[in-house]
Amino acid sequence: MMDVTTQKPSSLQDLARSQTSTPTATKILVENVDFYYSAFHALKTINIVIPDRQVTALIGPSGCGKSTFLRTLNRMNDLIDGTKLTGKISLDGEDLYDKRVDVVDLRKRVGMVFQKPNPFPMSIYDNIAYGPRIHGLTNRKKLNEIVERTLRGSALWEEVKDKLKASAFALSGGQQQRLCIARTLAVEPEVILMDEPCSALDPNSTFRIEQLMEDLKKDYTIVIVTHNMQQAARVSQRTGFFLRGEMKEFGDTDQIFTSPKQKDTEDYVSGKFG
Amino acid sequence: MADRAPSVPSTSAPLLAATAPPPRVSKSTSAPSRIPPASSLARFGDKIYGAVTFLASLSIFIIILWLLYQLTGASLPAIHKFGWSFITKSDWNEETNSFHALPFIFGTLYSSLIALVLSVPISIGAAIFLSELAPRWIRTPATFLIELLAAIPSVVYGLWGIFILIPFLKLYVFQPVIQPHVPIYHRHLVHSVIRVGHSHLPFSYNHFDTTHIPLAQVKGIGFLFTGQSAGYSMLAAGMILAIMVTPFITAVTRDILRAIPRSQREGSYALGATQWETIKQVVIPYAKSGIIGAVILGLGRALGETMAVTMVIGNQSPSTPSGVSLSLFDSGYTMSSVLANKFNEAIPGLNLAALVEIALVLFGVTVFVNIVARLLVFYTAKDVHGGK
Ligand SMILES: Nc1ncnc2c1ncn2[C@@H]1O[C@H](COP(=O)(O)OP(=O)(O)O)[C@@H](O)[C@H]1O
Ligand SMILES: [Mg+2]
Repeated sequence: MMDVTTQKPSSLQDLARSQTSTPTATKILVENVDFYYSAFHALKTINIVIPDRQVTALIGPSGCGKSTFLRTLNRMNDLIDGTKLTGKISLDGEDLYDKRVDVVDLRKRVGMVFQKPNPFPMSIYDNIAYGPRIHGLTNRKKLNEIVERTLRGSALWEEVKDKLKASAFALSGGQQQRLCIARTLAVEPEVILMDEPCSALDPNSTFRIEQLMEDLKKDYTIVIVTHNMQQAARVSQRTGFFLRGEMKEFGDTDQIFTSPKQKDTEDYVSGKFG
Repeated sequence: MADRAPSVPSTSAPLLAATAPPPRVSKSTSAPSRIPPASSLARFGDKIYGAVTFLASLSIFIIILWLLYQLTGASLPAIHKFGWSFITKSDWNEETNSFHALPFIFGTLYSSLIALVLSVPISIGAAIFLSELAPRWIRTPATFLIELLAAIPSVVYGLWGIFILIPFLKLYVFQPVIQPHVPIYHRHLVHSVIRVGHSHLPFSYNHFDTTHIPLAQVKGIGFLFTGQSAGYSMLAAGMILAIMVTPFITAVTRDILRAIPRSQREGSYALGATQWETIKQVVIPYAKSGIIGAVILGLGRALGETMAVTMVIGNQSPSTPSGVSLSLFDSGYTMSSVLANKFNEAIPGLNLAALVEIALVLFGVTVFVNIVARLLVFYTAKDVHGGK
């Protein structure tokens, strides 16, 4: 992986240095991003360096813009009428919002797992094969391989290997969420965005998905939104704190939770509000 | 008679569950207040209310049974006389007192089938456009117009059929197909039936002149285009019915598509699917059972429609020996158009009993279609949503 920060102007290098203590390659670079829902100014001058193959957590009180920010990274907000983004977001140095970027292609590279499990109304097998199929794969053997590999990857294989033809709706909530992760893995993304993936799950399923993230970060860059601070502390290497549409502080997870630089961050992580 | 559109069961069930606890209970337990607990008077009111609603629903059941009883009773003479041959034979003759209903039953089913074939692709396409693709400034007025169309009385459609559709079909469809060698220019002079819009019709002088083979002689599809039609035909009936049920199916399907959770669409887009892939592979499968329900409710309407069909179908059995013809150009009858046409002059006795038996059969067919619809919706919903 090429380190794109070396090609950026020095101020950005400073930014990257200030946000990361150990040198790692940059996967996504967010520069001066402002975002609007029609007239509502939802994100204000966001700057973040998201490191490659690490887990980056985004925390903050409800309504502060975490989901909005996450959805700018795969241009999911394009689907909402009247939204506008200024500033620049680049993935491996390519501007995501460039006119020439194919959104369909981008979303293949940047996958997403949603807050509520949203399997499609089809079998477990077809849910996973859906992505590869729309991208042109028809070979049955290859599809079988992908299904098995991704279900193993999302720690679901043992539970469902005998009922791949069963409807995905017959699974429990936690299983459905792992299926959605497997479905995302099946298109071989580079980045996985997760928007409060455990908020609808029981503690046991939550635990399994956190374990899964630990494994996945060897191969994928993960950005996770969570309102559970223990979770952020457990799974992430970097943490960003959002408040009222601004990114108040971004840094190593240890530092954010033990010695925050901002008063707001300290108040939030110590549970004074939220 | 209007049925509620079937909603997707898995989405409606939690809604019901969420509203299950009666507000009175939660109020009196959660907030200590001076309001006394539910009085016995209020409980008595609840009981009365329960009894009234029970009677109301019971009365519907009773009315249906009573209707069935009356119809069966009045048609008994015909049932005894003709038995099953009533629905398998074609001859209807007041002079010889011989009454059989096959052409009418066939006409009802065939005209409705034509209507569905024409209407379903258009309805589903329009619903997808309105729900998924149309910008808001088109969506709102178009939806309003479609609902307006569904409210037009059927006699208006019938009149439109007589004055616009039938002359058009006759001049520009049936005759060119049946007699392709006669130039259309010639027809203008001979049959100046419609005076509206002659000059802007999109056919050139010798458009049909080049084809000398009548469609009726084409292998495989020829049977659809035989006969000598004056315009009053199965096709006209099917088209009028299609025009009548399209707004209905469109409106119901659109509502079903709108009710699909946004997370389904986003889940598909997030995997790099295009809009079309998302619609085809996620949106439509999710809505499948609802759409089937909408179509079958549309079919139910088409089966029972009387006025507009009577006005355009010709009310004449085709001259084939069986009394049944698959040709789109042949005239025909439906069960309800027969009733509308013949009931006034029916001779009391066997003739009247036979007509009432037609009504009974129509009743049975409609009930049957509705039951099939329910089962189909139930099983596809189970299939799609995992039997939950
Ligand atoms: N589709 C939308 N249209 C308009 N405003 C929205 C929309 N989605 C979110 N918002 C607003 O943007 C702000 C941030 O929302 P969101 O990103 O969902 O917050 P979070 O995920 O941090 O809870 C909120 O004030 C919310 O009301
Ligand atoms: Mg959110």
